[in-house]
Amino acid sequence: MSKWLEDHLPKVVLAPSFIAVLVFVYGFIAWTAWVSLTRSKLLPKYEIHGFIQYDRLFAAPRWDVAMNNLFIFGALFIVISMVLGLLLAILLDQNIRTEGAIRTIYLYPMALSMIVTGTAWKWILNPGLGVEATVRGWGFENFTFDWLVNPDMAIYTIVIAAIWQSSGFVMALFLAGLRSVDTEIIRAAQVDGIPTWRVYTAIIIPSMAPIFLSAFIVLSHLAIKSFDLVIALTGGGPGFASDLPATYMYAMAFSRGDIGQAASSAMIMMAVVFAIVVPYLYSELRAKND
Amino acid sequence: MTDVTIHPARSQSRLGKIALRWLLYIILGLFALYYLMPLFVMVTTSLKSLEEIRTGDLISLPRVVTFEAWTTAWSTACTGIQCEGVRPYFWNSVLIAVPAVLISTLVGALNGYVVAQWRFRGSNLFFAAMLFGCFIPFQVVLLPMARLLGIMGIAGTIPGLIFVHVIYGLGFTTLFFRNYYVSIPSELTKAAKVDGAGFFRIFWSIFLPLSLPIIVVTVIWQFTQIWNDFLFGVSFSQAGTQPITVALNNIVNSTTGVKEYNVDMATAIIAALPTLLVYVVAGKYFIRGLTAGSVKG
Amino acid sequence: MKNVVFGAVSAAALMSANAVVAEPQAEVLHWWTSGGEAKSVAVLQQEFADNGGTWTDMPVAGGGGDAAMSALRARVLAGNAPTAVQLKGPAIQEWYEEGVLADISAVAEAEGWADVLPASIAGHMMCEGTWCAAPVNVHRVDWIWANADVLEANGIAMPTTWDEFNAAAEKLQAAGIIPLAHGGQAWQDATVFEAVALGILGPDGFRKAFVELDEATLTSDEMIAVFDQMRTLRGYVDPNFPGRDWNLATAMVMNGEAAFQIMGDWAKGEFLAAGKAPGEDFLCASVPGEGFLYNVDSFAMFDVEGEDNQAGQALLAKLIVGPSFQKVFNLNKGSIPARVDVALDEFDSCAHLSAKDMTASSEGGSLLPSYAHGMALRGAQSGAITDVVTSHFNSDMSSEEAVKQLATAIANSL
Repeated sequence: MSKWLEDHLPKVVLAPSFIAVLVFVYGFIAWTAWVSLTRSKLLPKYEIHGFIQYDRLFAAPRWDVAMNNLFIFGALFIVISMVLGLLLAILLDQNIRTEGAIRTIYLYPMALSMIVTGTAWKWILNPGLGVEATVRGWGFENFTFDWLVNPDMAIYTIVIAAIWQSSGFVMALFLAGLRSVDTEIIRAAQVDGIPTWRVYTAIIIPSMAPIFLSAFIVLSHLAIKSFDLVIALTGGGPGFASDLPATYMYAMAFSRGDIGQAASSAMIMMAVVFAIVVPYLYSELRAKND
Repeated sequence: MTDVTIHPARSQSRLGKIALRWLLYIILGLFALYYLMPLFVMVTTSLKSLEEIRTGDLISLPRVVTFEAWTTAWSTACTGIQCEGVRPYFWNSVLIAVPAVLISTLVGALNGYVVAQWRFRGSNLFFAAMLFGCFIPFQVVLLPMARLLGIMGIAGTIPGLIFVHVIYGLGFTTLFFRNYYVSIPSELTKAAKVDGAGFFRIFWSIFLPLSLPIIVVTVIWQFTQIWNDFLFGVSFSQAGTQPITVALNNIVNSTTGVKEYNVDMATAIIAALPTLLVYVVAGKYFIRGLTAGSVKG
Repeated sequence: MKNVVFGAVSAAALMSANAVVAEPQAEVLHWWTSGGEAKSVAVLQQEFADNGGTWTDMPVAGGGGDAAMSALRARVLAGNAPTAVQLKGPAIQEWYEEGVLADISAVAEAEGWADVLPASIAGHMMCEGTWCAAPVNVHRVDWIWANADVLEANGIAMPTTWDEFNAAAEKLQAAGIIPLAHGGQAWQDATVFEAVALGILGPDGFRKAFVELDEATLTSDEMIAVFDQMRTLRGYVDPNFPGRDWNLATAMVMNGEAAFQIMGDWAKGEFLAAGKAPGEDFLCASVPGEGFLYNVDSFAMFDVEGEDNQAGQALLAKLIVGPSFQKVFNLNKGSIPARVDVALDEFDSCAHLSAKDMTASSEGGSLLPSYAHGMALRGAQSGAITDVVTSHFNSDMSSEEAVKQLATAIANSL
């Protein structure tokens, strides 16, 4: 018996987590899938009514806007955070004397929830109160920065605040990566007289490929879950111009009492996640199996 | 240090070098301003009187500095009919966050240890399933979770909230530890096994002592996530177990009342202090922990 | 039906010198958390305590109750419902249909609620002929607030038709004053929209459109005119309006930066808090057109176990509709009492106007539920309308297109 236990100990240790994931992630996804096929209103009901919720979802202009925004927001947020994070990490890796302080300044937004910083951002981005008013106060009367109140541009203000929150974290990831690159190779390259920028593009950055993947996972998970940010900054407005799927789903489930509709939008979101994450997992695990 | 500093071409003058150096500091400084701006707005507003906010510029230094808003936020602001500030909620958050962080970190360490060092058929699949779980939007799980918590008899309690946070924290803690342990040579485990050391013995005396950096990373991450959580906190609590984010929300999001922005901002900063402190104090170890391997996945 | 029996017993007992065996207890879920509102609820808690009750406070603010509603769902699904919940409009009946509300008819009948509440407001408190909620107040939504000095300086009287309003706005705009202070949040857009709709469609048209969802009215030329007026109003709003909180818009009127604001009477609290006097510093009037749009806050009692909890529900219901609480609460909140027999001596002139109009419109059949504040329709339908309204107001969509989308959106929401 104890021999059996010893052999199977690793599995026994994983078992509780395995069961938890099975129930609380996959069980709940299955539950959501079921509810998305019903006409649940205020509380979940379990009588199947076919794909009516999906028909309603695709007929709603607001859902279109939300999905479009997710792609715009997701792409910009992930790309800019990575580029900025990498740039800041490289700049900060130049024997900067005050590195500790600057690094903390770049990193602290990750510690704050958007409920906290939303109001401050709202003021800063508001043309009448924040940046625009301040710059105009300096004498630049034609300076305009009205994205927050412009339905076509509002989603970009969400990108700005989201980058503010997460790029410091990405910088930390890359900084750690720069610090663990093999210094011998770099020194050899410098001795050979290869220019610094080439050292970065040809040697250092390619060696950090795993970090790009980690950063991508962390950022895409933040993008898909972005919720507090939108609520605090624009409330989905002007109109519903800056809605994201997560806010759409929340509005349907909790302020409109339309749980079936919320469940169908959740399923579409899960499908998007699946399309992004599964290729990553596949490449991750295939490499490790070799 | 990687020792890769941007060396200007050798022909360039000393002056050029200095100019470049200055440019570097200016760029870094400008970014620092970008990151500090919201904090600046929050701090200055919290130090103003309501009268000054109502009449003056929202984004400017206070004419008269007053700490009234801070004391109000901590001990007398109304979060409902109780006007005891955020103090009681602060302790609820501590009671939720501390055990939840510890449990999820420990379980994540064990999971990571198994997935990285004790592979068996299906362990990778388990890991993949776990990672996918990180992505589930929390709005999706609210209702079925509520039902299950009710069945388990821990709805509305602090243990219930700890349970929820542990469950949805496991994905990331497992990821962090797995990526860290995978860089430790498996020969170490094999040699220890030959010497007769068991599963827990190896974990306890070999892996855990090596884990300080990644523990720091995981604890920072989990603490931030759990402390700042609002959605679970508001849905799975009842009177007496609400965390500080709910109190903050109650103070900030008044519906039809008079808004006291200075108190709002002071509350917001108080609510954020523990996480800020963790970042400032442990920030150095954070980078070190990441360097030590968590990102090599 | 043990609730009815018990409720009757406890109500009778309450009336005879509070000799209740069980100690009344209540956990109350509400979203009144800020200054004046919280003080107002504290009054209720005090009365509850004076009558031997133990009140457990469960405040959840945010999004006009959205956050509270998600907490409520989680609690109900967990089988752990709060004793009393701030709930209003058709949501009360929706929750009743889920079979989770308690019957408080015994208290209501013992206290004679039917005699003191206006019929249309009492209707909201009934579920299939039984009483299932207790009203707290009546907010009037269709108010227009103005800065008295600004109007005087520009020789403008309070407008009584939308044309007069537009003329006044043009004049103000020429003088460099923002005619209409507005915050571009969906619910605020909807608030203005329904005020305009009441004026243009008239009370009957309003009822047809926003209570009965009559398609002919929703797609009528009058509805196009409503959207046209919204487009006109859009021109009177400053460019930085999106996302602005309503109270900042009120502050603009106070400062004289803007002249008018269309908002419910909670805006009065903001004026009063800044030390402004009604009639002198600021003016209040109903928006152009006949009728009265009400937003009634109420508490519904959930089906809970335990004699102490049920005693708590009975006591709470009795106190909420009781005259002393109705008076004190509404003095704090800016609204007027739901019961019509409360003396209004201590109330201000705006409240008097509100009370007078409420009685008159109740008799004339133009006392109507506010759609923007969730009194007229269920969430899915009112939400669908708001989506179109806010989308029209914040883009260059034509009124015809808006009316077309309105019909589609409502059909899609059913």
